[in-house]
Amino acid sequence: MSEHEYTPKSKVGKWFNDRLPLLTLANHLTDYPTPKNLNYWWTFGGILTFCLITQIVTGLVLAMHYIAHADMAFQSVEHIMRDVNYGWLIRYIHANGASMFFLAVYIHIFRSLFYGSYKSPREVIWIIGIIIYLLMMAAAFLGYVLPWGQMSFWGATVITNLFSAIPLVGEGIVTWLWGGYSVDNPTLTRFFTLHYLIPFLILGLVVLHIWALHVPGNNNPIGIDIKKPSKDTVPFHPYIVIKDGFALLMFMIVFAFFVFYTPNILGHADNYIEANPLVTPAHIVPEWYLLPFYAILRSVPDKLLGVIAMLSAILILAALPWLDTSKIRSAVFRPLYKQFYWILVADVLILGYVGAMPAEGLYLLIARIATAYYFLHFLVVLPVLGFTERTTPVPLSITEPILGGSPNLAAAKKKDSFKDQ
Amino acid sequence: MEKKTKRRDFLFTATYAVGAVGAGAVIWPMIDQMNPDASVKALASTEVDVSAVNPGKTITVLWRGKPVFIRRRTSEEIAEARSVKLEDLKHPEKDEDRAENPEWLVMLGVCTHLGCVPLDQKGDYNGWFCPCHGSHYDTSGRIRKGPAPTNMEIPEYKFVDANTIKIG
Repeated sequence: MSEHEYTPKSKVGKWFNDRLPLLTLANHLTDYPTPKNLNYWWTFGGILTFCLITQIVTGLVLAMHYIAHADMAFQSVEHIMRDVNYGWLIRYIHANGASMFFLAVYIHIFRSLFYGSYKSPREVIWIIGIIIYLLMMAAAFLGYVLPWGQMSFWGATVITNLFSAIPLVGEGIVTWLWGGYSVDNPTLTRFFTLHYLIPFLILGLVVLHIWALHVPGNNNPIGIDIKKPSKDTVPFHPYIVIKDGFALLMFMIVFAFFVFYTPNILGHADNYIEANPLVTPAHIVPEWYLLPFYAILRSVPDKLLGVIAMLSAILILAALPWLDTSKIRSAVFRPLYKQFYWILVADVLILGYVGAMPAEGLYLLIARIATAYYFLHFLVVLPVLGFTERTTPVPLSITEPILGGSPNLAAAKKKDSFKDQ
Repeated sequence: MEKKTKRRDFLFTATYAVGAVGAGAVIWPMIDQMNPDASVKALASTEVDVSAVNPGKTITVLWRGKPVFIRRRTSEEIAEARSVKLEDLKHPEKDEDRAENPEWLVMLGVCTHLGCVPLDQKGDYNGWFCPCHGSHYDTSGRIRKGPAPTNMEIPEYKFVDANTIKIG
C-alpha cells in the first residue's frame, strides 16, 4: 500500500509487525499523501465515520432497554425517555443522529457531484458509497418503526406495500416481509434484528470504501491527477487530521443544537401516539431525508411505475460514472455543468419540499416537473454536456498557478489543457 | 484420455447438483420461517354482530390485523353504486358482485395503493378517500380517482344469521 517500506523502530514492534503488519497499516494511514488543496467539503468523510460510530454506540445502549414487542415497544421507549438514567439524552442523540448522518451524507454526495469524484478511476469508491447510502436508508426506515408509534406503524405499512407493486409475487412477498397479514409483532421483531445488523454491514463497507479510496488517492477541488507524494501533497497526519477535527467540532455544535434545543423538530408528533392499525394519520410523511424520493413516488399516477421511478432515482446514481461523459472532473473548469449542478441541487430541494406537501393541485404539478427534470439531468444533460461543453483550462498541478513561473498563466496553460484531448 | 475427462466432468456436475440441492434445502427453512406462523394463521376468522348498525353507518372491525369496513348503505348509495357504467371504472366490477345483499357492503378497509385506511364518507364519489396519496373510492369501494390500482378487496364472508357476519 505504502510507497516506501516501513520498519518499526522497536524490536517488539518489528517482531509483531512481521507477523501481523498492523503497524505498517497505521503508518500508511498517518503518512497517506493527501492533496494539499482539499477544502472543508472534504471533511465530511471523517464526519460520517463519527456519525456511524455514534449511531452504533447509542444504539447498543438503547437496545439494552428497548423491548421489541408490539405490546411493549412503545412503553419501553417512554421508559427510556423517563426512567433510564440519561435515557432521554441517548435516545435524542440516536434519533437526531440519524438526521445528522443523512445531512452529512448528502453534503458528501453533492461534494462528489460538484468535483466529479465519481469519475475514473474512482467508480468503485462511488458505487460502494451508493450501496452504503441504500443501507443507510434501510437502517433509518427500520429504526423509525421500532418506537411503534403511529408514524412507525403506517410508515412501515406504506413502505412494505411498495413491494406489492411487483406483478404476481408482490402480495406473497409483502406477507413474507410482515410474517402475517398486516404489520404486527412478527414484523417488529424482524425489523429490530435487521436494524441491529445493518450498521455493521455499513461498517464493513466503509472499510472497503476507504480502502478503494487509498488506491488512487483523494480527488481534489481542481480534479487533476497528482503525483504522490510530491509538492502537491501533505501527509494525512497531522494536516488533514487537524482540519477534519476542526470541521467535526463545528458539526457537533449543530448536532448538539438539535439534541438539546429542538430534539423533536425533525420528527413527527404523531409518533408519540401508540400504533393503531384502525386509524391512519391524516398526513403520512416520511422523515425529511427521504422526501425527494417520496415526491417522485407520488408524482407518478401508476402504482408499479411510481415504485420503479423511485428506485430508479436512486439506482441511476450508480451509473453516473458512465452517464457523465466529460473528461474534466471538477466543475470549477466546467462553466455549463456548474450551472446545471446548481439547478439539480434546487430540483432536489424542490422535490423534498413538495414531498412534504399533500399530493394534489399545484404541488403535484411541481413534483411532476421536478421528477422529469431529475431524470433529464442524468440521462440527457450529463451525457450531452460532456461532448458539447467548452471547458476552461485546467492547471497541470496544484502549485502551478502559483509557482508556474509564467506571468501569463492562462496562455501558458491553454495548450496543455484537457480540452484539446 | 477423452473417456477420463468425461468421467471427471460427470462427477463435478453431479457434485455441484447435489451441493445446490443441499444448499437449497438449508436456505428454504431460513426463508420460510419469515412467513405467517401457525399462531397467526389460527386467527383467520372473526364473527361480528351487526344488529346495532343502522343504515348510513359503518363499523370497523379488526380481522387478521387489518380493518374491515361493514357499511349498511342507504338506498341512495346503493342506487348511486348500481347506476355507474362499467366502462367508467378503472377496475370494472359490478356492485351486485361486490355486495350480494345490497344493503351491506363488507370490505377490507385497506387502500390498494400502499395500505392506508381510507376515511369514510369523504372524497369526490361519496365513498371513501385515502388521505395518504389521494385515492377516491365510490359507495361500492371501487377506485375512481388516484393512484390505487384496484378496488378495495371484498373478503370472504357470510351471514351466519340475520345479525351476524362471519369474516374469513
